[in-house]
Amino acid sequence: MSITALIFYILSAISIGAALMLLLSKNPVHSVLWLVVVFFTISGHYILLNAQFLAVVNIIVYAGAIMVLFLFVVMLMNLNADAEPSRSMRMKLIGIISGGSLLLVLLSALMNMENNQHLQLKVGDEGLIVNLGKTLFNYYVIPFEISSILFLSAIIGAVVVGKKD
Amino acid sequence: MDIKAYIVLSLILFTIGIIGVLVRRNAIIIFMCIELMLNAVNLLLVAFSRMHATNASVNHVAAANDAQVFVFFTMVVAAAEVSVGLAIIVMMFRNTHSVDVNFLNRLKN
Repeated sequence: MSITALIFYILSAISIGAALMLLLSKNPVHSVLWLVVVFFTISGHYILLNAQFLAVVNIIVYAGAIMVLFLFVVMLMNLNADAEPSRSMRMKLIGIISGGSLLLVLLSALMNMENNQHLQLKVGDEGLIVNLGKTLFNYYVIPFEISSILFLSAIIGAVVVGKKD
Repeated sequence: MDIKAYIVLSLILFTIGIIGVLVRRNAIIIFMCIELMLNAVNLLLVAFSRMHATNASVNHVAAANDAQVFVFFTMVVAAAEVSVGLAIIVMMFRNTHSVDVNFLNRLKN
């Protein structure tokens, strides 16, 4: 087993375990912290796939900004562990069975896939900032500018919704 | 590495997110599970971009760059979505003094 595969399996185990802990922990603050762990391992996967720019953006935007926002909201609401009434056992069972059957269907469709060398991951340098920047500002300038309008409307929307009236 | 390993990992993360949305009742946890599903899809996009990897400096129009730009835009939209969604959750908490999604059943009858 190569060192890349070893790192991949370790990172995958950590991310799946942390995602399960996000589901299972009662305290919402612990859930937020487990989700930060998931985001860091996904950034590790991006580095493993030679997508350095996305790894850095993932850490800055997700683990840095979005999760801090979540943490602020959770702490502002002062939710403790017994504030949330859990669903009935029947509803939990139905949710787990439906999610598990979705996973089963997708995995069985995947297992029918035949193996050839097109499915192997290749090495290239397109994850580097210089190549991504060329693509972004040559072919995707208009979506980039429209996303700034999206952010403006998100700011205005958050203020309007969150305003006390 | 085989692409199958990444597909399986993304499927498992996505399914955990779906089960979280179905099982939990806390609106914030449901929102975090949606973020988890978004990240699983992002990871899959990056893995597929690695399948079509070429040397970008040789081939100027590299298809693999497009996937990573898509992931970048997904993150942009997710950041905007989180700010509005958390504002909605705060407003819901102010009105009902709870983040339980089962309180939101006024459209039911």
